[in-house]
Amino acid sequence: MIPVAWYLIVGAVLFLIGVLGFFIKRNIISLLLSVEIMLNAVNLTFVAFSAQNGQISGQIFVFFVLVVAAAEAAVGLALVIAMFRNRESLDVDRSNLLKW
Amino acid sequence: MIQLLFFFFAAVAVGAAINVLAQKHVLYSALSLILMLTAMSVLFILLRADFLAMIQIIVYAGAIMVLFTFVIMLLNLPTEEEGSDPLRWLKFIGIPFVLFFLFLIVGTLWGVEPLRAPAELVGSPAAIGTSLFKDYLLPFEVTSLLILIALVGAVIFAKKDL
Repeated sequence: MIPVAWYLIVGAVLFLIGVLGFFIKRNIISLLLSVEIMLNAVNLTFVAFSAQNGQISGQIFVFFVLVVAAAEAAVGLALVIAMFRNRESLDVDRSNLLKW
Repeated sequence: MIQLLFFFFAAVAVGAAINVLAQKHVLYSALSLILMLTAMSVLFILLRADFLAMIQIIVYAGAIMVLFTFVIMLLNLPTEEEGSDPLRWLKFIGIPFVLFFLFLIVGTLWGVEPLRAPAELVGSPAAIGTSLFKDYLLPFEVTSLLILIALVGAVIFAKKDL
């Protein structure tokens, strides 16, 4: 049997990859993809703890994370389309109208 | 055998996640993320969460990522241009910090003794459905409200005259 810690380590590695991508990428769609990676890492952690404790609640939480991810993708992509239509670029460094 | 499956698909998931960051064009990133989600569903099966593995493929890889690829192809993006950014080298400073943070996390996780042997738990649709509609009925209903708000918000954001 595989120790639960290994799953947690895989989850931590994936989460850190997501964090790294969120900070170093400049394309806004890449940022959304990094957020998806982070949410998946959290899902893996939830399922690993659910399997360890023998409770189904962790798997229920994965459902709610899934729902939030779907809502975030829908709203985020609508924002991406609006941003691309207005300024012909998806570079987050270039959308600095609010910067003083 | 199970260890082999675990290592193979964990390596696929991590490699695909790194590939998401390494790709220049964002469409290849999205396709790589689909590979990561599929490998992740195998890890769910290894953890005896069968129903979640199916949902992972159907909803995540099948619905959310299709939405992403659809939008990327719709926008017809140019390849990400490098070069003209004077702060480009700054991103490589983040990598040592991430490795250090990973070192801390792995050190902490190795120290943790497993509480008990992994219990036999089958995340069957019946068990998940019973729990979802009995213990988590209120969050489930609130979820529908969240989806409705996201739907209306997406329509408003995507309107022509924003």
